[in-house]
Amino acid sequence: MSRELEDLNRRLLRARDAMDRAYAEPLDVVAVAGVAHLSRAHFIRSFRAVFGETPHRYLQRRRVERSMFLLRETDRSVTDICFDVGFTSLGTFSRTFREIIGETPSDYRVGHAPLWAPNCFQMATSRPVGAAGVAMRSSTFEEAAAAAAR
Amino acid sequence: MIKLNVATIMVLDQEEALDFYVNKLGLEKAQDIKQGPFRWLTVRVPGQADVEILLQQPGPPLHDEATTAQLRGLITKGAMGGLVLQTDDARGLYDTLKARGVTDFTQEPTDHFYGTDMGIRDPFGNPIRVLQPAKVAHKATA
Repeated sequence: MSRELEDLNRRLLRARDAMDRAYAEPLDVVAVAGVAHLSRAHFIRSFRAVFGETPHRYLQRRRVERSMFLLRETDRSVTDICFDVGFTSLGTFSRTFREIIGETPSDYRVGHAPLWAPNCFQMATSRPVGAAGVAMRSSTFEEAAAAAAR
Repeated sequence: MIKLNVATIMVLDQEEALDFYVNKLGLEKAQDIKQGPFRWLTVRVPGQADVEILLQQPGPPLHDEATTAQLRGLITKGAMGGLVLQTDDARGLYDTLKARGVTDFTQEPTDHFYGTDMGIRDPFGNPIRVLQPAKVAHKATA
């Protein structure tokens, strides 16, 4: 592994960490790419090569994981949780959750009690893995720009 | 009797690791023994004399070139194991680290039922968690 690739890994990891920190906020792929000092296209391509999924999919799974956490551990409404974890529409949240987890947020809540595990452990271990055949709808996100345009 | 004595963390550069773990994080250097190209370099938490962390740099004579490259790739993508430390003041440590120029926080200090925790990465990508355990009320015993 060349020093350039090691440095690229490290910068991509820093960008991934930024998504893990700021998942609840509106995020733009260009801004996250900036954390890694990369252009949008180079970032998406490199991230997928290094981590096995697109940045957008990583972020979606982080948000779904955090929503699963809140569904288990709190009694907040599904709608509140949807916005808490960074989704901007209940429809997208429900569809994405169901696509990745295979059941609705409400059904998931009924079937799962709190885990009582440290938060970092839950974040590391509970982010849902990819299901074969799950459609990759989009490989980008421009939420902050969209919010500003509204 | 058995107890933990040395655990290992893989680093890309031992000098840079020493600077981070001692001058930034506040650990202290323990052993530093050079044997040809191999350097046995450990740090420890001040006051915890019998547990050391080996700062191991992949490379010969332990690893061949291909293995070294694989390990360095895994370290930099954050796929290797890390450390969990305890403190009695997570927010104080956070402020200290920021003042010392540390920017790679994976999580700012956050309160949970089990205490307050925060996350950082060492310069190479290894995850370090710091926990300030919640004060639990001890049950009165008869």
